[in-house]
Amino acid sequence: MKNKNLYNYILGIADNSLILGQRLGELCGHGPNLETDIALTNISLDLLGQTRNYYQYIARLHDKEKTEDDIAFLRSEREYINVLLVEQPNTHFGFVMARQFFYDVFHLMLMEKLQESKDETLSAIAKKAIKEVSYHFRFSSDWVKRLGDGTKESHYKMQEAVDELWRFTDEFFHLTEADKAMIEAGIGVDVSNFKEAYYIKVSEILTEATLSIGASKYFQKGGKQGIHSEHMGFILTELQYMQRTYPNMKW
Amino acid sequence: MTIATEQNIDQKLISILDTVTDPEIPVLTILDLGVVREAYEENGLINIKITPTYSGCPAMDMICDDIIKAFENKGKLAKVTLILSPAWTTDWITPKGREALEKYGIAPPLEASADKDALLGDKKIVKCTQCGSINTKVISQFGSTPCKALFQCRDCKEPFDYFKCL
Ligand SMILES: [Zn+2]
Repeated sequence: MKNKNLYNYILGIADNSLILGQRLGELCGHGPNLETDIALTNISLDLLGQTRNYYQYIARLHDKEKTEDDIAFLRSEREYINVLLVEQPNTHFGFVMARQFFYDVFHLMLMEKLQESKDETLSAIAKKAIKEVSYHFRFSSDWVKRLGDGTKESHYKMQEAVDELWRFTDEFFHLTEADKAMIEAGIGVDVSNFKEAYYIKVSEILTEATLSIGASKYFQKGGKQGIHSEHMGFILTELQYMQRTYPNMKW
Repeated sequence: MTIATEQNIDQKLISILDTVTDPEIPVLTILDLGVVREAYEENGLINIKITPTYSGCPAMDMICDDIIKAFENKGKLAKVTLILSPAWTTDWITPKGREALEKYGIAPPLEASADKDALLGDKKIVKCTQCGSINTKVISQFGSTPCKALFQCRDCKEPFDYFKCL
């Protein structure tokens, strides 16, 4: 491959969107009400659309002929490099919203900066995606506030989700070898610079929601190196089912 | 924003392009939607460049096929390329397109800052497509397709779609 770092850099961003899109897709027909159900699947669709843009781009960087579908469906678990947060299960609606909120705050910051990438395709994808991600952020932060500052029960459940998922947020800011090389080249975004701004933004909204950031000082990591939680295998089983059962099947 | 300088459409191809509509909003042609950025003939091949409305919009694949078919019916070979930059914006929907949307029952997009106010429910500015009242409320920021939000009229009680601003 000509540019392995570029490939892996984009793959990392795209895999986050793919796996979160898949997770949200699981909720199709299972949302708490019709509007929310539709919203969650719309967000899923946006994320999968963005994923396609990234995969189509990096498929061209491969030496062998590869398609976006090969990248999405025909890798083993260790080859997916999404962060652990996005693979966490839809335990209850509070978890779905906390996961989305933690991701959206980061995603929005990333897209803002990625628009300035020296790589024209990446910059174009980001300019398109940021408009969609702003809607996602609006949706998830509204729900975090609504549930956090809602009933006793909704507050309890929202806080439970925040406590459980906060420990997955630090991984966003870890730089891989590919990240470092692409930052050097002016193509990638140095996300390690966002850490403080991220914390401030999240705290601001959680405070408004009468919630607090989990006290845990321990953070989970591994996804970016392909070391996933036990949930990942189950996600891939469902995601890859059609291509594994009917190899090379076309839509 | 001056669309004229960004768009490069051969006038001879307009009559054919104007027969292709958005499969999800059949009253809107792809020209009214503003997704066609370039259209020209070169060595017997029609080159069309279109920009997706939303990244995951499933209508885009169908629009590509429909364009090719429309030219095929006229005995012409067309190639459609998707371009991402500059990113599509609802500002590119033509006045004719906006009118068609409203008649069809979808409130056309407001400009960006007003859109934010409308979707956050701060201001009542989206007009009911049934009775024209602006006494409307947002039900959901996400609607039946990625480009729409769901509203309801407080006067006539009818729900209706609003084309979100991008
Ligand atoms: Zn009305």
